[in-house]
Amino acid sequence: MINPPVAPTLEGGLNLNTGQVLVNEPVGDPVMRLKDVTVAFGGRKAVRGVSFDVHEGEITALIGPSGSGKTTLLRALNRMHDTVRSASVTGQVMLGETDCYAHSTDPTLLRSRVGMVFQRPNPFPTMSIYENAVAGLKFNGVRKKALLDEAAESALVGAALWDSVKDRLKAHASTLSGGEQQRLCIARALAVEPEVLLMDEPTSALDPIATKRIEELVGELKHRVTIIIVTHNMQQAMRVSDRCAFLLMGEDKAGELIEFGPTAKLFSEPTDERTLDYVNGRFG
Amino acid sequence: MTTLSFDASSDPILERRRRIQSVASVSLKRRKVYSRIAIGICWLFLAVAIVPLIAVVFYVVIKGLPAWSVDFFTKVTVPEGIPGGGVWNAIVGTIEIGAVATAVTVPIGLLCGLFLAESEGKVAATIRFSADVMTGVPSITIGIFGYIAIVKNFGGYSGLAGAFAIGIIMLPVIMRAGETAIRGVPANLSEAAFALGARKAATARRVVLPAALPGIITGVLLAIARGLGETAPLLLTIFGNQYLQWNPTKPMEALPLVIYNNSSQPYADLLQVAWGAALLLMVVVLILSIGSRVVASVLQREKR
Amino acid sequence: MTMAVQTPRGGARRGGRLALSNGVYRGLLAAVVAVFVAVVIWFLVSLIVQARPAFSTLGFSWIIQKTWDPNSNKFGLLPFILGTIETTAIAMVLAVPIGLGTALSLAYLVPHRLRPPLSTAVELLAAVPSVVYGLWGLIVLAPLFREHVEPFLTSVLGWTGLFNGPDQGVGLLLAGVILFVMVLPTMVAISRDVLAVVPNEQVEGAMALGATRWQVLRKVVVPGARTGLLGGFTLATGRALGETVAVALVIGNSPYIAHSIKSPAATLPSLIVNNFGEATGTELSALFGAGLVLLVIGVAVNAVARMLVRSTSRAAAAASVAVA
Repeated sequence: MINPPVAPTLEGGLNLNTGQVLVNEPVGDPVMRLKDVTVAFGGRKAVRGVSFDVHEGEITALIGPSGSGKTTLLRALNRMHDTVRSASVTGQVMLGETDCYAHSTDPTLLRSRVGMVFQRPNPFPTMSIYENAVAGLKFNGVRKKALLDEAAESALVGAALWDSVKDRLKAHASTLSGGEQQRLCIARALAVEPEVLLMDEPTSALDPIATKRIEELVGELKHRVTIIIVTHNMQQAMRVSDRCAFLLMGEDKAGELIEFGPTAKLFSEPTDERTLDYVNGRFG
Repeated sequence: MTTLSFDASSDPILERRRRIQSVASVSLKRRKVYSRIAIGICWLFLAVAIVPLIAVVFYVVIKGLPAWSVDFFTKVTVPEGIPGGGVWNAIVGTIEIGAVATAVTVPIGLLCGLFLAESEGKVAATIRFSADVMTGVPSITIGIFGYIAIVKNFGGYSGLAGAFAIGIIMLPVIMRAGETAIRGVPANLSEAAFALGARKAATARRVVLPAALPGIITGVLLAIARGLGETAPLLLTIFGNQYLQWNPTKPMEALPLVIYNNSSQPYADLLQVAWGAALLLMVVVLILSIGSRVVASVLQREKR
Repeated sequence: MTMAVQTPRGGARRGGRLALSNGVYRGLLAAVVAVFVAVVIWFLVSLIVQARPAFSTLGFSWIIQKTWDPNSNKFGLLPFILGTIETTAIAMVLAVPIGLGTALSLAYLVPHRLRPPLSTAVELLAAVPSVVYGLWGLIVLAPLFREHVEPFLTSVLGWTGLFNGPDQGVGLLLAGVILFVMVLPTMVAISRDVLAVVPNEQVEGAMALGATRWQVLRKVVVPGARTGLLGGFTLATGRALGETVAVALVIGNSPYIAHSIKSPAATLPSLIVNNFGEATGTELSALFGAGLVLLVIGVAVNAVARMLVRSTSRAAAAASVAVA
């Protein structure tokens, strides 16, 4: 994707404590904006008051120690908490012009615009590779074979899987290795051509080689879809992301956003002391 | 969507995205309506399933309760027209047959279950499979077996023949329940016993079986519940007896038999007895089933 | 769990109490299991032996002949085989959709707090003795069918030609419906168990793609559980095929092939249970033969079911205590 020739906006490197703008750099328009997002389960907050913008064509990483609410926040972005009775999400999540949590917004339709890849590869075991790839399209009502084939091929190519599966599209998804299955899941999510792809620790269940391949893949994918990735692996965040949001569990056991900014800057010269401690590995 | 400064249709991905989104939003209403209808049908079927099941319990209670009286539980069955009858002989028969069947099948079943739990390999697998299949064999054929094996050979219907048939129905259930319970005992318990020098038999008796007791009791209670409710095998083996008979070598009466025989009679008082016996049988079976769950959960909690 | 640890052998007594040596212990267990095996074999053999006279007198084709008339030495089993199949078919045609819908509701739609009690209630109903269902069917349902259900169905569906003849209440239809009510708890219990254990990550995966609730259930949950569902179906079918007393009470016991779904009919089990008491000679042998046919059918269906439902699941355990 070509970055549109827009005047640079002052949206990088914002220290949320002091309000100080630290860095000027050209950015794409924000494709997703979070404003004061809070997720609570039965009255107990898991994530509190998170605000940041996700820019188009970038990879934004949510980092922080376990329990800091990264996954909870991620799942709020495609309304996965809708099925949990006790969950309540307040604040605002904007996808372009759409208010994700407005009454008029249909969650099913939203999820065709915001896709998700999970921690453990979860291809549908009763479906073939091809059927997995087009599953999302079929759920959304696409029936034309030409469109299905075109989208599936494009997605499998995008997931760097096409060459190894193109001759065995009818084989069961379970015949693939773990890394390949995860790439199939990525292809499955890509086939619907979402605007944003949410990835919840997509490599934590994979071996190092498969992990590396997926990291490379993610780097290539950002030209096609905006990516928000949760990772507990700092090195991965450094390797892969353009921007990072560092979350930490506060005293009330709710995760809050400590710092948000370009990755390079966050890791080399973080503004908050807690960020500094985390990236230096002083706590995990 | 973000603004772009070039022609969108020249980018295949954006074009495809546009097409997919268009299909998705156009079909949204249809898909949602379809989903609501299908899920509504599931709820409907739930209601349809609950209604007859509740109706059975309801009717049995409504019609059976009036039959319950002191006489009902203490007097023996009488022919129609004669007042003051009960089902005492049937109760005695049911209890005796159940007791004999249980007393014989529990030890055999548990020992078989122990064998299966300790064995792998084809022989054990075949036996396990046979036991599973036996639990589903039509009970009338087991009644036929009881007839051939006992009634024919020993010259007459008897409570023992009935106990034999009921026992054959209960045996595979206890075998499998026992095996499952014993397999559930953590291996480190028996290994610790072996390390102390105990032999297998002693280990089994003192370590494994006690630890598996909750599961075993659950299985046995459920097997008894099943055995008491079986009618077809009894029809061919115990013949029925309108007098009180304590001797299991003679024909006996049993609750399921009374229900079955009285059901097709056109006399209201006999039907009343049938409902009363049905209520009694249902209550006993439900108590055993509920009891087995309670035992299982209580003893499970204690283990933790 | 195999006790693979090496243990000391030897038959010496220990500490004054009789302690079996390992060899004797294993021998004892093997002997008891041999008793079980012997009983099973004895079962099969005795049935075959007792049925043999019928085969030697009547040949082999008598099983599928359509006239049962002991007085003229005809013992055709076809009406009863058909009756068995037809009642089971009616029961399963009703049980599959309603059972599946109920199981889906219990596993995914009903509020979480209500799920355990409702599921337990359904499982407990599987333990209700079949004779109680028979009594209820005969006294409560039969009049209802005769007065209301059958006339209604005849007026609506009479064009199919299946609903000819008078409304009698007892007959194939009532027997099929009673069987349906009886196998429903078993089917729902097993189906609910296998549907509920479809991994949540697949449900979430489908949701995240934009699937509606029904799409998730239909395209991911149900296919994911299909082996177990098939097993539950087969198990329920086996139970329906072998059911005796409930059917005998409501089927009308007519030894002719039914021409209408409302006709009285008979099944192999009902034939046996009704005629066993007074039968002698060839007729008795023919009844043994009917029992053998029934056994073969029942074992075949059950064996298939057991291969589909994995034996260690709770569902299978529930299935084995359902009263037949």
